[in-house]
Amino acid sequence: MQESTLIGQTACFHCGENVKETVLNYEGNVFCCEGCRTVFQLLKENNLCTYYSLDEQPGQTMRTGIERKRFDYLKDLDVQHKLVDFKNGSTASVTFFIPNIHCTSCVWLLENLQNIDEGILKGTVNFIKRTVTLIYDESKTELRSIVELLTTIGYEPDLKLEQLKDKKIGTIERGLWLKLGVAGFCFGNIMLFSFPEYLRMDQSGSSEMFRYFFGGLNIILALPVLFFSGIDYLKSAWAALSQRGINLDVPISIGMLALFGRSLFEILSGTGAGYFDSFTGFIFFLLIGKVVQKKTFDQLSFDRDYKSYLPISVIRLEQDQEQSIPVSKIEIGDHVLIRNQELVPADSINMTESIDIDYSFITGESDPVTLNRGEQVFAGGKITGQTAELVIIKKVEHSYLTQLWENESFKAQKEHNLTSFADRISPYFTFTVIGIALISLLIWLRIAPSQAFTIFTAVLIVACPCALALSTPFTLGSAVNILAANGFYLKNTSVLERFSNIDTLVFDKTGTITDSNNAEVEFIGKHLTDTELQMLASAFKNSFHPLSLAVFKSLNQYVLPQKDFFREVPGKGVEASFDGGRVYFGSLGFLKEEIKGLDLSTLEKPERGSVVHIAINNEYKGFFRILHGYRNGLQKLLNNFSVLGTKLYLLSGDNEKEKASLENLFSNWEKLQFNQSPIQKLEYIQNLKKKDKNKIAMIGDGLNDAGALKASDFGVAVSDDKSSFSPACDAIIDASSLENMDQFFGFSKSAFKVIIASFGISLMYNLTGLGFAVTGHLSPLVAAILMPLSSITIMAFTTVATRLTAKRMGLKLWA
Amino acid sequence: MGVIVLLIAFSLLVALIFLGAFFWAVKTGQFDDPQTPSMRMLFDDKPVSTKNKTLTNKTD
Repeated sequence: MQESTLIGQTACFHCGENVKETVLNYEGNVFCCEGCRTVFQLLKENNLCTYYSLDEQPGQTMRTGIERKRFDYLKDLDVQHKLVDFKNGSTASVTFFIPNIHCTSCVWLLENLQNIDEGILKGTVNFIKRTVTLIYDESKTELRSIVELLTTIGYEPDLKLEQLKDKKIGTIERGLWLKLGVAGFCFGNIMLFSFPEYLRMDQSGSSEMFRYFFGGLNIILALPVLFFSGIDYLKSAWAALSQRGINLDVPISIGMLALFGRSLFEILSGTGAGYFDSFTGFIFFLLIGKVVQKKTFDQLSFDRDYKSYLPISVIRLEQDQEQSIPVSKIEIGDHVLIRNQELVPADSINMTESIDIDYSFITGESDPVTLNRGEQVFAGGKITGQTAELVIIKKVEHSYLTQLWENESFKAQKEHNLTSFADRISPYFTFTVIGIALISLLIWLRIAPSQAFTIFTAVLIVACPCALALSTPFTLGSAVNILAANGFYLKNTSVLERFSNIDTLVFDKTGTITDSNNAEVEFIGKHLTDTELQMLASAFKNSFHPLSLAVFKSLNQYVLPQKDFFREVPGKGVEASFDGGRVYFGSLGFLKEEIKGLDLSTLEKPERGSVVHIAINNEYKGFFRILHGYRNGLQKLLNNFSVLGTKLYLLSGDNEKEKASLENLFSNWEKLQFNQSPIQKLEYIQNLKKKDKNKIAMIGDGLNDAGALKASDFGVAVSDDKSSFSPACDAIIDASSLENMDQFFGFSKSAFKVIIASFGISLMYNLTGLGFAVTGHLSPLVAAILMPLSSITIMAFTTVATRLTAKRMGLKLWA
Repeated sequence: MGVIVLLIAFSLLVALIFLGAFFWAVKTGQFDDPQTPSMRMLFDDKPVSTKNKTLTNKTD
């Protein structure tokens, strides 16, 4: 009787889910299911219970998906070779992406796996990337048993086809840190060595020796800054010039070389102390800007294709033996088994009587499709319900889904957008500077020829667009951070400019503006008693069909009675019997078939949405109507954008049944397009782009939008869960933040006003410097003050101005 | 005055040692993951077996 008091109140000791039906008591702790208890037992036996003391109920529920996965394919040497990072004798290292990593306990457990499997030598978790790197001894354990262990304790690695590609090792980040470190080191030391020069202490007697000593040291320290820290600017400028273009790195490089050459000449000829302090400081600040700009969101991936969506393995039937093999080894004609919630890896023919398949991610259809024996199944569909047996008819890379990636828009870079605003003004800037330098050279050649060279280089030095080069990265860097705090993650800082220029918004429907977790379920029909509702809840819970899941969620509050009998006809309906009676639900056809002489006189016609009809004890009761609700704030978002003059389109892979309600929601649609295949979506965007030169932002979520996202000027993927798959795009938006997108748009426009204002400030500094330069007063001290001062002003101004703008617009400043 | 040369050479050497330390830190990946080490410091490195008693009574 204690059990009944526990119902609905107790949280599972392992995962924290409410314990509902049967209570498993084990060593004084309550568990929601056998799976959770097993994990606890395993951890306890291996002295790993600290897991439960670091965070409350840290586990993942094991109630669903207990079905044993098969990892035989991990025995395949080819697969092993591609998964393993490196191998050294019998020691191997492997990195897994584990979406379930979410708290301190997870980190602790995954770094203490050696307590369970002594073949594992060391585990290192990267919390942000949600990866664990395991070093293990191949003579004591194997890849397969490690993956099995991880799966058993609820940390199943996300193994996708993508991992079988060759790995690229990227250490660009580390290089940037090193360059910054070297520049900072040299800047600081040269500053110190130049101090005597600032204070004019070289008047005293033995200065000659020190001048050469300090000068020599400064040259030695400046060399690595030019050839290590600053080399990227020179390379980029050279690349631009050899293509007859000018980017911002050209004036930067001119300034760098002028500074370095002039200083070298002054020191070697003994005519001055040089400007090495300004030179190194300049590069140091530029690199800080680069670090700010390079900030990426490690937990997000912006360039995924179908390979990161499709599974890595599949179960093949061979002479009635089940065998798990890597997907890359599938041959045409293979028989494969796909279980509930698994993905179809390649186009195939259904061999099972009837299967339900969910194509929402691939085609945008919101309701699952029922396929009979002999019908074709497309890759990427998710099986719901019973296990399906399929015969492969196309290899993975030739499937319907993957064809999209062969379209040329996937090969072309978004080239025309690569030049940023700063790059576009660089030619004018460069020519102006060179013009001023030449004019002052000519004038001074007449007045005092000995001074002319000095003045010429001074102009080049002081006109160096240091502050100009800093304003863009610092403004965009803080803008991108602020947007991320508000749930809008940009791929990098340069895409923000494209976002601020859009004039057309194209929405996908299923999953983008509808929210599958937010289905409105409504019962229409005769009154149902509590007992009847309880029976229905229990029957719906046991059904695999996605609509049943939605209905069950709405009946969540009922106590579930024990069922005597349960039968599900896939794609049609369910029959279940209880003490209180017999229930049927499913399609109308199913009910008619099962119950002879069913009285349907009370049947109402549903306007829209999906329906599940109900009959209890041979009496028709009515139906549950499931509407995929629109996301919160959608109407407000559409209205706000339309006030801004943005043209709004809708491209849906689904049928037209929701047309009326979409027009009801918002009347100013430019166009609503239904029944669009992924390729049609892509072409639609391309046509839209050509017509009137629209700047298009596409907002989508599934693989069916991948082409449209790529073809648009700014592709946004909507995601409920950041770690789950989202197709290649320029930005990822949290589903809950979608309603604020108009604010983000306004903010991105303001960010560019901040940049223009800071350009003004930096030009003022340049003009002041020019005043010193053309009159021949640019001493090393003036340069050493002016340059850092202008850089710091710009950094402070852009950061503060961006944050103030964000605050005024009501955006969150910190995550 | 020669002592200044010596001192400067020495200070530069010390600074170079720090630069070397920075290089080592970057190369060993200490700049790669700024988040996880802050969680790792919460772990007890004492033997874990003593923990069991304190945490099993929660649901009684």
